Amino acid sequence: MALVGPVALRRRSVSRALLGLVGAGAIGLTALLFTATPFQGVLDFVLVAYLLYVVAQTAVSYAVEGARSARNRLALTLLVSALFLALVPLAAVLIYTVQRGVQAISPGFLTHSMNGVGPLEDAGGAYHAIVGTLEQVVIASVISIPLGLLAAVYIVEYGRGRLVYWIRFFVDVMTGLPSIVAGLFIFAFWVLGLHKGFSGFAAGMALAILMIPIVVRASEEMLKLVPNDLREASYALGVPRWRTIVSVVFPAASAGLTTGIILAVARVTGETAPLLLTAFGFDAIRTNPFSGPQSGLPLFVFSQAGSAFDVAVNRAWAGALTLIAIVLVLTVLARVLTRRNVLA
Amino acid sequence: MAKRIDVEDLNAWYGSFHAVADVSMTIEPKQVTALIGPSGCGKSTFLRALNRMHEVVRGARVSGQVLLDGQDIYGEGVDAVAVRRSIGMVFQRPNPFPTMSVRDNVAAGLKLNGVRKKSELDDVVERSLTMAGLWDEVSHRLDRPGGGLSGGQQQRLCIARALAVEPEVLLMDEPCSSLDPISTLRIEDLIGELKDRYTIVIVTHNMQEAARVSETTAFFNIAGAGEPGRLIEMGPTTKIFTKPDDTRTEDYITGRFG
Ligand SMILES: Nc1ncnc2c1ncn2[C@@H]1O[C@H](COP(=O)(O)OP(=O)(O)O)[C@@H](O)[C@H]1O
Ligand SMILES: [Mg+2]
Repeated sequence: MALVGPVALRRRSVSRALLGLVGAGAIGLTALLFTATPFQGVLDFVLVAYLLYVVAQTAVSYAVEGARSARNRLALTLLVSALFLALVPLAAVLIYTVQRGVQAISPGFLTHSMNGVGPLEDAGGAYHAIVGTLEQVVIASVISIPLGLLAAVYIVEYGRGRLVYWIRFFVDVMTGLPSIVAGLFIFAFWVLGLHKGFSGFAAGMALAILMIPIVVRASEEMLKLVPNDLREASYALGVPRWRTIVSVVFPAASAGLTTGIILAVARVTGETAPLLLTAFGFDAIRTNPFSGPQSGLPLFVFSQAGSAFDVAVNRAWAGALTLIAIVLVLTVLARVLTRRNVLA
Repeated sequence: MAKRIDVEDLNAWYGSFHAVADVSMTIEPKQVTALIGPSGCGKSTFLRALNRMHEVVRGARVSGQVLLDGQDIYGEGVDAVAVRRSIGMVFQRPNPFPTMSVRDNVAAGLKLNGVRKKSELDDVVERSLTMAGLWDEVSHRLDRPGGGLSGGQQQRLCIARALAVEPEVLLMDEPCSSLDPISTLRIEDLIGELKDRYTIVIVTHNMQEAARVSETTAFFNIAGAGEPGRLIEMGPTTKIFTKPDDTRTEDYITGRFG
């Protein structure tokens, strides 16, 4: 005797139309509820309608399709809702920034500095800040990419035992380092300690401190993805270890390495706190990053947004939009490069 | 070109695990020597000890001597990198470099060792691919990625790559185990042609294959889990497969063994 009866291969299922009906019903019922009782408010309405819909949908599904399908539908609905909820703040920030930024941005904004612009004037721009940000990020990259990459190569290809353990431990600690602390360190050590004063270079160093652990971690993961077979194939041809790393391991991991590095760059581009104590901020264009305070886009946004005047707040939004655009370009670039990964 | 290998008292470890114990044997030049035995008996480990690939694994070490025409490859001041150039290796799974074209895969050993002259490299590429029996199939697509070839072609590409650096010995670790019967046959034929010029050592768990391609066969075995692998018996292939001296060899050959 069979323990399980014959399995019906064809099953009844809830149609889209019926689901739509359930949705409409939930909304209708909520509307009724809100007119008949003291319930009010848009958010409350959405919440009540949503809960009604979830309950009704599960009940209908249970009646038509059975318990398993009902559980499946309920779980799926909750998952999609969670995903949606997680995306809402992100979308809201992006949409709002673009809305405000587009109104405030202009060709003049991208080509002028704030030099000599009065507090109430609707003039000036972020050119000096864009120049500063680009220079600071390049400096941070020049310092941290080679260091981070070499550290990752050491960890993956050479390291054994305790030293690697401690290096990884320190990298982890550095990953959690509050960004203001990186700025404070450069401030104490470089700006004050060595009497170098504020400069774009000081900001670059502070950003580098934040960038190194990200580069190390990302590169480490990518190098580990390179199959050992390839290294062995190279060794077996009598290729020395360093040459194997440069000519076999790096090319195999190049797309992933580039992606990781670009994301690290994007990540520090928006850092504000470390700039406060290092670049300090400056209204005029300063192209030399080695002497004197310099502006940067995050600093620009920070100082303009803090103003009581609308013209300044508008400039802050335009600056924020510019910053998002730069980061977006970097992120998209990273995406495109990832798709070309030979290992993926 | 082909050189003889004398192994004396070879032991190999992975950390504290003793994988191969007390192997001594002579591998004749211009012959194919097959290593057979149950899985885990240390065939690959032994093979990798013959060109100092064993020490690439973390914590792995070797004791004993491996004399290549009388010179100990584990001797004082001998460079492992140089050893690997004269003793080439083909792995179980075809492993062409994924970022390189067919041409660059074959030329990799020379290029990565600093040979730059294009005409020279082109000659070597054609010669090696011809020797590996792959030239006719890939001559029109030398610039395509090596990873785009079929499994059997990839393995022959790996053989061509190993031959391009002009080694004296060729070690092959189950080179056909991931291939279809037709590709296997092609590689076995190829081994037959290559033995005129090289000393060839091939690991296989396929006894018919050992019988087909080799002159000499060495049988390895382990006494039990956790025990090191040992060489049980070595001799002419026909003798090992018909009248082995050791009952353990006989049990293995006749399939009375797990
Ligand atoms: N990289 C390694 N690290 C630790 N132990 C290993 C490693 N490679 C192989 N071994 C062990 O060494 C023994 C011999 O393995 P191997 O030489 O691969 O055997 P075979 O090739 O004959 O199947 C096995 O017990 C195996 O588990
Ligand atoms: Mg093996």
